[in-house]
Amino acid sequence: MIPLGYTIRNILKHKVTTTMTILGVSLVVFVFAAAQMLSYGLKSTLVSTGSDDNAIVIRKSSQSEVQSIILRDQGQIVGTSPEIARAADGSALYTNEIYVLINQPKRATGELANIVVRGVTPKSLELRPAVKLIAGRMWQDAGSEVIAGKSAAERYAGCGLGEKLRFGAREWTVVGVFDAQGSGFDSELWGDVVQIADVFRRPIYSSVTFRMADTTQFEAMKARLENDRRMEVDVFREKEYYAAQSRTLAGFIGIGGTIVSIIFSLGAIVGAMITMYASVANRVREIGTLRSLGFSRLAILISFLIEAMAISLTGGLLGIVGASFLGMLQVATTNWDTFSQIAFNFRLSTAIVIAAVVFALVMGLVGGFLPAVRAARLKIVDSLRAA
Amino acid sequence: MKVFKLIIRNAMRHRLRTFLTVLGLALAVMAFGLIRTLVDAWYAGARIAPPDRLVTRHAVSFTFTLPLAYLEQIQKIDGVSAVTPAVWFGGIYIDPKNFFGNFAVDPVTYLDMYKEIIVQPEELKEVLADRRGAIVGRRLADRFGWKVGDKVPLIGTIYPGNWEFTIRAIYHGRDKDTDETAFLFRFDYLDEVMRETAPGRAGQAGWFGVKINDANRAAEIGAAIDSRFKNSWAETKTETEKEFVLGFIQMADVLIAGLRIISYLIIGVILLVLVNTMVMTARERISENAFLRVLGFRNFHLIGLILGESLAMACAGGIAGMGLLAMTSRLVGQALSIYLPGYYVGLETYVIVVAAAVIVGCLASIFPIQRAVSIKIIDGLRVVD
Repeated sequence: MIPLGYTIRNILKHKVTTTMTILGVSLVVFVFAAAQMLSYGLKSTLVSTGSDDNAIVIRKSSQSEVQSIILRDQGQIVGTSPEIARAADGSALYTNEIYVLINQPKRATGELANIVVRGVTPKSLELRPAVKLIAGRMWQDAGSEVIAGKSAAERYAGCGLGEKLRFGAREWTVVGVFDAQGSGFDSELWGDVVQIADVFRRPIYSSVTFRMADTTQFEAMKARLENDRRMEVDVFREKEYYAAQSRTLAGFIGIGGTIVSIIFSLGAIVGAMITMYASVANRVREIGTLRSLGFSRLAILISFLIEAMAISLTGGLLGIVGASFLGMLQVATTNWDTFSQIAFNFRLSTAIVIAAVVFALVMGLVGGFLPAVRAARLKIVDSLRAA
Repeated sequence: MKVFKLIIRNAMRHRLRTFLTVLGLALAVMAFGLIRTLVDAWYAGARIAPPDRLVTRHAVSFTFTLPLAYLEQIQKIDGVSAVTPAVWFGGIYIDPKNFFGNFAVDPVTYLDMYKEIIVQPEELKEVLADRRGAIVGRRLADRFGWKVGDKVPLIGTIYPGNWEFTIRAIYHGRDKDTDETAFLFRFDYLDEVMRETAPGRAGQAGWFGVKINDANRAAEIGAAIDSRFKNSWAETKTETEKEFVLGFIQMADVLIAGLRIISYLIIGVILLVLVNTMVMTARERISENAFLRVLGFRNFHLIGLILGESLAMACAGGIAGMGLLAMTSRLVGQALSIYLPGYYVGLETYVIVVAAAVIVGCLASIFPIQRAVSIKIIDGLRVVD
């Protein structure tokens, strides 16, 4: 085996060339990692929106709260289920909510975006302990008041503390801002369910959410509610319901990002190939010398492969470091499963780092393979004779 | 002329390296073109919307419906020549993965307004004779192997229940960009079912397509429609069809922004590959260039030689890349045709590629030129690589 020190000194010899190759690889890895981080960030935001202890009921086949309609008496039927946990005062821990999309301009661009207005009950807050008021106060019933999630308050016109917005032929004041710990609720406006249903003339609910007394009994309860002939509903664990809301967009970004990165990587691989061929060409005599010292063809092959992979690994790590700065960035876009705006961060995970490193190494391996083979196949005599 | 010969000879000195450089550039140019075309195709719907068509929808958001009675009132507004109701049905065919747009429309007035959707008159007659008749796009029919007469079940998401339609017509697009992936069925059928099962939801349209006499008056007529329903409990928002479609396209704003950024990063990769090769060349020719200067060649000769070589490779890469792009974009376009019609490379993309090649060719030669010109002749002659 040829000492690693030899390989590394070779890499350092031609600084400009090495830098160009490293930058090429790092750009590709940056794009790859960024796409995966975006996909993962969206997924984790929605997963964290749901709680393990809660279940959600929506109309059969409706896919999401946007399309769901639960009639009021059906909401009451679900509310009387014996499987629902009780609050300290003995009342059942469930909430009927209405989910409405309204158009509000984005502060940044003025473009209209679909914002969720969720009509909730006091129990909604008990069911989502992560949601905390951080500024202002709670809404008062019948007061045309709403509270805004912190991303919504920041991003959309009229949604900041003390600001007014108009929907349902009425003017509403944002009296409070809440923090939902980076979950999907951060992008929503919350108000009283009765008022919201009234102004939109929708005397219905979109969903019923409740705390399960015993989460192990979920399947039995799901079967009972879905077979109840008084209504046609789907029952999900809240966490699974929200996780499923990220499926289309997160999947699209993840897969699309990988395909684009692979096409993109072709250019960088060719760049690595050029560098490695030059590296071989510059050292023909050295290779001859090494061979005559007794190093095998395999040792030469491995040495050049290691050189290529060391370059691409450096590029890969640089790309990951660059991408990790994206973690500070928050993105808001329309979630395709709900048609509504959701804010989320780029988010790095160990799995993404590993995938990016592997991707970089594969690029080095593919780019370095042919040049390494050429080096290994040189004949000792010819190479010693080379100028 | 001699200089050109020298440039070509120089470039051909390391055939493999030159070939790889051109290949690398060509692949990157292809990737750039494919991505840009994807962004263009995404906007196709908005690009082709004619200026004399408006859309009137509920002011709160597209999830709210408007009373069907608005149709006649819109019709009466000055400048409006036709109005047609439509609603987004959102049905699922077997599995959500099989997504395609399905709408309830009034076939006669709808086809009259959207002239780019071409249905054979005898097939249209069949649709009008069957309450559950559907008109499907050619590409959509190809995707699932549907023929006229086939029954298609849809699971309602917004309108509950299992619905069954019979394909009575297959439409073709008039233009290359026309969406041929839609599923249209009869509005009166949906309304009838609603009247029976959920009377509160009957007599409602998702939006109205509005055709106007004079495209220049679009803003004015739109405002007239909206003010007609101002302060009613269902206020309207009227915009041009282009704006309406853009609203949906914006749902992918993050992806489009991402693709745009990536396409510029790809130009960065092209630059890196070419700079790499040019730097290697410069290093090898230090003493040679010193000789040229001894022989009386001036700096501008050296600059011409290096710049010429760099530009030659950049242009060769650009041209080869355009060739690859023309080939691959056709394949990608076919693969995407069921989801995204209108995937073809625009002239603008080719122009950008050529411009980028020239700019990259110039940029990549800066460093080697600076090196070749700044070194003293005596130092250049002394270099042993």
